[in-house]
Amino acid sequence: MLGRLSIDALPLYSWVAMTGAFVTIAGALSVLGLVTWMGKWRYLWTEWLTSVDHKRIGIMYVVLALVMLMRGFIDALMMRSQQAIALNSEGYLPPDHFDQIFSSHGTIMVIFMAMPFLTGLINIVVPQQIGARDVAFPFLNSLSFWLTAGGAGLVLVSLVIGKFSTAGWTGYPPYSGIDYNPYVGVDYWVWSLVLSGVASTLTGINFIVTILKMRAPGMTLMRMPLMTWTALCASLLMAFAFPALTVAGGMLELDRLFGMHFFTNDAGGNIMMFANLLWIWGHPEVYILILPAFGVFSHVVTTFSGKRLFGYASLVYATIAIMILSFSVWLHHFFTMGSSANVNAFFGIATMIIAVPTGVKVFDWIFTMYRGRIRFHTSMLFTLGFLVTFVIGGVSGVLLAVPPVDFLMHNTTFLVAHFHNMLIPGALFGYFAGFQFWFPKAFGFRLDERWGNRSFWCWIIGFYLAFMPLYYLGFMGMPRRMEHYSVADWQPHLIVAAAGAALILVGIILMIVQLVVSVRRRDELRDLAGDPWNGRTLEWLTSSPPAPYNFAVIPEVRGLDAFHELKERGVAYVRPDHYEDIRMPKNTACGLLIGGCAFVFGFAMVWHLWWLAVISVLAGLVVVVFRGSQDETEYTMSAQEVEAIENARYEQLAKAPRPEFDEEEEVIPGAPLRGGVM
Amino acid sequence: MSAASQSAPVAMPAGFLDTERRSKRALGFWVYLMSDAIIFALVFATYVVLSRNYAGGPTAAELFDLKRTFGETMLLLFSSATFGFATLAMLEGNRARLLVWLVLTVALGAGFVALEIGEFLGMIEGGATPDRSAFLSAFFTLVGLHGLHVSVGLVWILVLMGQLLIKGLTRPVASRLFRLGLFWHFLDIIWIGIFSVVYLPGVL
Amino acid sequence: MIAVSKRLDGWRLRYRFRQLLRHTNHQLTRRFQMLQAVAGVALMTGGCGIRYSPTLNPKGPIAEVERELLMNAFMIMLIVVIPVFVLTFWFAWHYREGNKKATYAPDWSYSWKIDSITWIVPALIVVSLGLHVWVYTHLLDPYRKLNVEAKPLEVSVVAQDWKWLFLYPEQNIASVNQLVFPKGVPLNLRITSDTVLNSFFIPALGGQIFAMAGMRTELKLLADEPGQFMGKNTQYSGRGFSDQHFQAIATTPEEFEDWVAKVRRSPNKLDGASYAKLAKPTIAHPVTYYSGFAADLFDQIIQKYGSCDDCPGTGTSQ
Repeated sequence: MLGRLSIDALPLYSWVAMTGAFVTIAGALSVLGLVTWMGKWRYLWTEWLTSVDHKRIGIMYVVLALVMLMRGFIDALMMRSQQAIALNSEGYLPPDHFDQIFSSHGTIMVIFMAMPFLTGLINIVVPQQIGARDVAFPFLNSLSFWLTAGGAGLVLVSLVIGKFSTAGWTGYPPYSGIDYNPYVGVDYWVWSLVLSGVASTLTGINFIVTILKMRAPGMTLMRMPLMTWTALCASLLMAFAFPALTVAGGMLELDRLFGMHFFTNDAGGNIMMFANLLWIWGHPEVYILILPAFGVFSHVVTTFSGKRLFGYASLVYATIAIMILSFSVWLHHFFTMGSSANVNAFFGIATMIIAVPTGVKVFDWIFTMYRGRIRFHTSMLFTLGFLVTFVIGGVSGVLLAVPPVDFLMHNTTFLVAHFHNMLIPGALFGYFAGFQFWFPKAFGFRLDERWGNRSFWCWIIGFYLAFMPLYYLGFMGMPRRMEHYSVADWQPHLIVAAAGAALILVGIILMIVQLVVSVRRRDELRDLAGDPWNGRTLEWLTSSPPAPYNFAVIPEVRGLDAFHELKERGVAYVRPDHYEDIRMPKNTACGLLIGGCAFVFGFAMVWHLWWLAVISVLAGLVVVVFRGSQDETEYTMSAQEVEAIENARYEQLAKAPRPEFDEEEEVIPGAPLRGGVM
Repeated sequence: MSAASQSAPVAMPAGFLDTERRSKRALGFWVYLMSDAIIFALVFATYVVLSRNYAGGPTAAELFDLKRTFGETMLLLFSSATFGFATLAMLEGNRARLLVWLVLTVALGAGFVALEIGEFLGMIEGGATPDRSAFLSAFFTLVGLHGLHVSVGLVWILVLMGQLLIKGLTRPVASRLFRLGLFWHFLDIIWIGIFSVVYLPGVL
Repeated sequence: MIAVSKRLDGWRLRYRFRQLLRHTNHQLTRRFQMLQAVAGVALMTGGCGIRYSPTLNPKGPIAEVERELLMNAFMIMLIVVIPVFVLTFWFAWHYREGNKKATYAPDWSYSWKIDSITWIVPALIVVSLGLHVWVYTHLLDPYRKLNVEAKPLEVSVVAQDWKWLFLYPEQNIASVNQLVFPKGVPLNLRITSDTVLNSFFIPALGGQIFAMAGMRTELKLLADEPGQFMGKNTQYSGRGFSDQHFQAIATTPEEFEDWVAKVRRSPNKLDGASYAKLAKPTIAHPVTYYSGFAADLFDQIIQKYGSCDDCPGTGTSQ
């Protein structure tokens, strides 16, 4: 009846693990308690948990990402502090806890921090940027979110019940196979990956259709904002690369559950087949993470340089080139497998070719600043930090693309430094920039810049301190994932790296401070016009936060920077003479229910609770059939309601302070704010 | 989208679906099918890599029975044809004939699944279990994954038949039937792949 | 600094890219010697010195060529890196909002000259690096025989949990966690695993290669001078991973003979039973010698997983 579940599943093996479990439970209970105490359950249920509004779902994604960022970062701190002290000693983490920590750190940061963060930003921004009222499939969007949350839930539960995988975030067999890893950890890893992988595939499908089918009239493909382009390419990658993860994870689980022999040492299994499948997903995944951040940088750099984007067409073609090439390089993750020189050389050269469009992008952003008027908003600082730091990561990446050099640096901390050097400045800084940039759009007030800037400096200096020593340790021959070591020369570098991690911790604390300070000062920081930065794309045309339907009247697009162009023509805020009824998707709990069933199913499979697995599948199926039989999934918002909301918006616009760069402008009738800029 | 608020035709009362929404759904479903095709492509690739790793166990030539496979193929191909006729009936708005063709499709599809289960059980009884060798793991997974898709398709047809009986041939139901048709024909194409990549080389 | 071409002559390689390679290298050497010196100094002062770093201070020609390749590639990329740094800081400072003297051109968004340069220069760099990749990947293919006068020493390597077993078929001796070989003699390693995926690595001598159960990979190494080097598994493999290192000792020919004689005096032999005992997981296994082993032990270890004749990696790739 209880499968593998027994009292041994509790983390009684170490006090560190017990603390982790305790913190997880306490965190969950305090959130539940807080909601109950504030009496917000009904509000939470009707306005958020069952919402299919892309903006709400986007915010929930970002909240999930930030929670998981905390979890993943605590893992990082623990690893850095362990390695700082573990010279010829066991440190404070036993090997079978240390390996869970590096496995969960990688899994969480890639799958449950970065993916939700970028999906959240895309959700909030892209439909508004293309002048749409929602995504193509609002219910599917909600379902994707809840499947992701279910996967994240599995990872969190593994802290309390059982253990997480010890096989690293890539889970290479046969170590992750049942023969060498019989306990539940790898199963938690596989099922959380599969749930979120399915979710990402669905998100990809959703945004492909949204972007291809729902753009405002006049927005041709080559008038799409860069964020939309990168979201489209990332979505294509999600829809067509994530199946490989599902296949790899599924086969590994078949090996583990039914004793099959896909990736076993014996009976004809082929362990490197897993590596192939995993990286056929894994390399495009890198670009799924980075492309949307490239989109953010493009917007931040144009907006805060007060200038048009340099080389828009080049940026678009570079994005497409990166998307296509990303499928042709996966083998560079295992040059050391011993394949022939021809194969290695082919994949090495293919990898380097990606550096060309990436380099082009970097120069396009730099030349966007040329002859601009640069305002150093926090998001701009993150962008500048990205530009210089990312290039270093690019260099180490091209070095690793040279197979003989990779033979020297593979599996060392050099590799660890390299991919953190790509993903922290390249992806995470982009998400942070997007967070700072679009926060007022989502919540109606700006974030405090002083605290944001302080946080940025901690992040960037902390980053260099934490990862430059790892490059050097790679030259010193230090493998990754060492729980302890006996080479005394490594220790000083590891101590510096730990100090860097500590500085990043300060950066994270300052971000929380920024959030608290901004919420307190929200009236001062209020964004009345919906356009706090003199924005250029359509998302700044809506109010902050936007009405449920985003646009009462769908704008007509006449150029690349559609909103900038409307302002120049002085028609950005013209009141329409009448409003029409708007069809909006109805909220539904189906996504939440299916996500819940998937979570229970994953848990049941991990612990071999077959009866529970069957029940959860059947329950999920019932919800799917129920939802699939509903014909009325929309409601009509009447023209009167729309008019009331819009009138309130125009009153607010009239109160908006006119920014200083606008002082010489005449006020154009019907346009209470600046009609045209410059 | 404002057209949606106007009253819908009598024959198709609830949930008026404008063409824009239908085309979005069709595109979305196509992208899903392509994504699913990639899943199959990767499982095919894995099968090809592992297809001779018998590990001293039974080989493809010993296990495969082309006559049975031919029967399976015929059932599935005919079910695709009957679904085609069902689609024609749907376009004519003839619910009764549509239901008859769907019943036939379900019967043929169920026959296929039954034959496949029989094949699997026979192999397992003969000791050719999925955990015997990498070849068998890949075989059961690839063919089983297709069989699972067909079974899901069968459940889906039954659900839509239920909707037809309860709601009638409304536009939303028709739109769902259209996508189900894409799914069903897609599975046929995958089966052709299985027949030519798994069974034929295994026997020849 | 760059001795690749000399090295190539020394090996008397019949390599068709030799001329091209030599040409490229001479050019690169001249052009980047300065920069390289600067980077070298920076690394020296930045860390605690290159002498602790096996990768930057190699002890064999293979690691040395690999290191030089790394340096070359790095230097070539500075063509892009330096402009990015300079332009980013310069533009960000010069075009700051407060600097009203700076030109402001809000609608300027394209220049075909800049656009062409940003595509062509990185493309040329990649062409140059691509040539490097093609030539050096073949040159440094771990399966390729070293063209050196001396007769190679054959050693079979088995990764176990969590130790390394070295079999010397010509000497009929075996050792655990200690690989001894004469300097100046090519080391022909045949590598497999009797457990999970491992990666065999002696950073001072050359790159790593995977050890996989049921499969055989090869690696050729050569030490120029006597010395003791760190050898490791770099692929995480479980509890004992952190302690899974071995001594790689390059000796004079005489010392090697002495060592062989010493091992031969060991009372232990590696037969079926003692191998099974050895293969059990152990952490930080002490150095152990065996004065004999079954001639086909290495092949048996591979074949016990052997379930296919044409698994990738079982044969050499050439």
